[in-house]
Amino acid sequence: MSHSRDLSRGAAAVGSGTTDTVHGHQGLQLEEPLLFEIDNPGAIGVDLPDPGDFTPRLGGVARQGEIGLPCVSEPEVVRHFTRLSQKNYAIDMGTYPLGSCTMKHNPRLNEKMVRLPGFANAHPMQPESTVQGAFKLIDGVAHWLKELTGMPAIAMSPAAGAHGELCGVMAIRAALDDREGGPTTRRRILVPDSAHGTNPATAAVCGFSVDAIPSDARGRVDVKAFAEKLDDDVAGIMITNPNTCGLFEPDMIEIAELIHDAGGYFYCDGANFNAIVGRVRPGDLGIDCMHINLHKTFSTPHGGGGPGAGPVVLSDALAPFAPVPWVVHGDEGFSLVEHADDAGDAKPFGRLKGFHGQMGMFVRAYAYMLSHGRDGLRQVANDAVLNANYVMSCLSDVMTPAFEGPCMHECLFDDRFLKDTGVSTLDFAKAMLDEGYHPMTMYFPLVVHGAMLIEPTETESKRGLDEFIAVMRALVERAKAGDSDAFMAAPMMTPRRRLDETAAARQPILRWSPDIPTAEAAE
Amino acid sequence: MADRKYTEDHEWVEVDGETGVIGISDYAQEQLGDVVFVELPDVGKILDQRDEAAVIESVKAAAEVYTPVSGEVIEVNEELNNDPSLVNSDAHGEGWFAKLQLSDPTELDALMDEATYKTFVESLS
Amino acid sequence: MRYLPLTDADRSSMLNRIGVSSVDDLFVDVPATARFDGTFDLPDHMAEFEVEGHMSAIAGQNTTTADVPSFLGAGAYRHHIPASVDHLIQRGEFLTSYTPYQPEISQGTLQALFEFQSMVALITGMDVANASMYDGATSCAEAVLMARRVTRRNRALVSGSVHPHYSAASETQAKYVDINIDICDPDIDGTEDLTELIDDETACVVVQNPGVFGHVRDLSPLAAVCQDKGALLIVVVTEAVSLGAMQSPGEMGADVVVAEGQSIGNPQGFGGPYVGLFAAREKYVRQMPGRLCGETTDVDGKRGWVLTLSTREQHIRREKATSNICTNAGLCALAFTIHLSLLGENGFRDLAMLNHARASQLADRLAGVDGVEVLPEAFFNEFAVRLSKPAGDVVDRLAARDVLAGVPAARLYGAGRELDNILLIAASEQTTPEDMEALVSALSEELS
Repeated sequence: MSHSRDLSRGAAAVGSGTTDTVHGHQGLQLEEPLLFEIDNPGAIGVDLPDPGDFTPRLGGVARQGEIGLPCVSEPEVVRHFTRLSQKNYAIDMGTYPLGSCTMKHNPRLNEKMVRLPGFANAHPMQPESTVQGAFKLIDGVAHWLKELTGMPAIAMSPAAGAHGELCGVMAIRAALDDREGGPTTRRRILVPDSAHGTNPATAAVCGFSVDAIPSDARGRVDVKAFAEKLDDDVAGIMITNPNTCGLFEPDMIEIAELIHDAGGYFYCDGANFNAIVGRVRPGDLGIDCMHINLHKTFSTPHGGGGPGAGPVVLSDALAPFAPVPWVVHGDEGFSLVEHADDAGDAKPFGRLKGFHGQMGMFVRAYAYMLSHGRDGLRQVANDAVLNANYVMSCLSDVMTPAFEGPCMHECLFDDRFLKDTGVSTLDFAKAMLDEGYHPMTMYFPLVVHGAMLIEPTETESKRGLDEFIAVMRALVERAKAGDSDAFMAAPMMTPRRRLDETAAARQPILRWSPDIPTAEAAE
Repeated sequence: MADRKYTEDHEWVEVDGETGVIGISDYAQEQLGDVVFVELPDVGKILDQRDEAAVIESVKAAAEVYTPVSGEVIEVNEELNNDPSLVNSDAHGEGWFAKLQLSDPTELDALMDEATYKTFVESLS
Repeated sequence: MRYLPLTDADRSSMLNRIGVSSVDDLFVDVPATARFDGTFDLPDHMAEFEVEGHMSAIAGQNTTTADVPSFLGAGAYRHHIPASVDHLIQRGEFLTSYTPYQPEISQGTLQALFEFQSMVALITGMDVANASMYDGATSCAEAVLMARRVTRRNRALVSGSVHPHYSAASETQAKYVDINIDICDPDIDGTEDLTELIDDETACVVVQNPGVFGHVRDLSPLAAVCQDKGALLIVVVTEAVSLGAMQSPGEMGADVVVAEGQSIGNPQGFGGPYVGLFAAREKYVRQMPGRLCGETTDVDGKRGWVLTLSTREQHIRREKATSNICTNAGLCALAFTIHLSLLGENGFRDLAMLNHARASQLADRLAGVDGVEVLPEAFFNEFAVRLSKPAGDVVDRLAARDVLAGVPAARLYGAGRELDNILLIAASEQTTPEDMEALVSALSEELS
């Protein structure tokens, strides 16, 4: 007796769209509770030997009572974090067109090198004779960065881009105080209105106030407006070059001359160095300091938000004020200057963090630098700029570029093309998630309405770019066709849909607690 | 209807004799989005016109609220600590921020009245 | 080149599409004077195996704590990291993802951060913790600035128990902001009493426990004084494992706890990257620097997580931000979370007790060595000793004999502080009886 199976009846019984499963799993996309919710008292993920006999000497402050940490075995921990990882988008999976973030491929060679025991197991305070290799590595990275930027000095210790910015502006403050023999009377820092929010925050920490310089119609610093703001009160200028609109500031040399004539200093935000590495040396433009994001231009991994590294190249004028510590090369090898008293004529403004700097990021960056070489890095800039212009050319008939002419490593659109569609930049970005893409940077820079900043980087293949372009074109068409409901409902297919950020801010729940009722997943 | 005046930064003051209640306009709350937190001034604080009176936070922005008039803070809307969404739902009523004892009522003359403010807002879009 | 997918054919095709003849045409905005046509003093590209050979040779020039008996601490500690940790953090979805600004596709990172924040709050005994900072020293600096914001007072008192990198970083961060940092002399003997120094102008008191010289104390009396004067008590912890064996700073009355999390999940790595822990009382949550992850629900009612309270941060508040910080220590915080998950309630406490046991056993053995005086009576896994000869010289000579004896205090503080004979010695679960024997016999010979 034959029995034909009508699969459509089964689908109809369950209902179209989502399928209810016992635990809310959807095929390979698995729900996973908090570790605290899989706590199994008595389970453990490590084995430790018995301490043997010893005299406890905790001075009467030994811990009493439970901490409240969960008990889990190794298989459960591995499964837990594996499932979590599968809810993340990442460069390894697809294009990550975030403008100004330089989401380029993170080579695994970097990871192999940083795990060499000679680097991984070195303690920062070992006697100097035992860690000459570590100093050599730091010195090597420093040399590469000074060469590529054409600058004579560098501070290696800042832990991130914003930290590097702090370092640069502190050096400026220290130089001015030194020149004036006391707290400087110069308290204004000029910053373009297109600048990233860290710039004013950093200025404030250094005792400066910020004065915004307008951008001109071409998205660049209005040099005339800038010149008009110069007087004895100006400490310096902070410029991102290429700027946050993805454009090279053509008047850098003139700006440098003007600020120096006025008695101030020139800080350059090096976040966008990827566009010009190997082709332009910021030192040739007259800058006094520039931070470099090793996690942008030099491929160290973003790791879900960090760690980064933000070494700062310095001019001769600012070099004396660099923070401790730094590596010096003498007759007997490398050593570390850790205290102002040992700094000779230098006048370090202080110490920015513990120990010497983000060594693990130096090792990764060095592997990348050696792999590319000076010839490869120039090619990096060329391909980064080529990729961005290709994307812009292929989209400029359906989207609205914010500025005319070629861009650098990133292209900027505004939301004029979405006018009267009922679809905002935000909705557009959420629809991209369903298409398998992380959205571009949105609403930044502030000088452009509904900004969309796309930086493909040089590690995108032409095929990858074409696929991305095809999706963007399709979404624009759908938006213009009036399908705004679908955009506002997006995303539909991601592990979670749009989340209530208002509730998160009004009633912050910032840690697990057994008392707080939580929504059960998929029930 | 009470006498309500507005500033170009979208604050309002509603005057009743020598005291005035201040808040932000409906337009302003719409621009800010869902309000999540309001940092109110201390009772007893003396404010000059245009001084920062409060800070209002939404999910995507934080903004200073400047007092349209000079005066001493005599009362603040504690209810906003429990329910900041009142600024969104009733910016001109239950979403008020603070009550001031006015020190210079002539300042009101230079502020916009209801109709002028309405025209001003229309010109922005 | 292996990291560059574009071929020459691709490039030609793309240039054609754009409508230019060469990529140089795209750099038209760069003035001729800015274009670099010289030669860099740098090598050309290398094959992967050539890079490996070159870098292995450099790494090989280091003698490390895994090669010889090692007793180095002073803010970075040698611990075992379970194999799973490194495998999990190298999953591409963790390693190569970005800050979770698009929460719908970042729930992995966000859930792990929520677990991290929860664990940090638990081990420190505080109400809330942020998603991590650069390191312990910068966390400390940020806590001082926060105390100024909260109390509106201008004086910070830093105990002589605090690691000099932490006090230096705090001083530097506060240099151009109106707060005065008073740093007490090094508290070598652990007898410091700050009570008389705290007044109504004090924004915060910063104290480290265990102290930099190893002393372990009950901070409750100090906490009471601080509370009475309206000053915040900021407790520094440089060895996170100590929290498994000691009463938490929260239980002792701390208002803020700042710590170095490197000991859990992260290698010594010659000083970085590390992970700063920052935890505080609930009432300070809106004044806390750094990122915060919060729980919420999505439109389907499913639980999820988002970055929250971000309007305090630099990208929105700009010059009024709580700090200029953009990044957290992402991957290092994840490694910390995974390691602590494997340890769990019992493993963490057992690991801490094992560390303490090794240090106690070592101290007992050192007590029998002429010329070595163990200074703290109570300590966790690190203690200062006073030697009969300058510690720097002893350490160098022991290094030549393949023993990394510890960190001379004079190295941490600089010369001329009457610390020349003080050596900081740390032990951990990694310290073997053979290691201890090597140190004891080497010191005996050096000091006789």
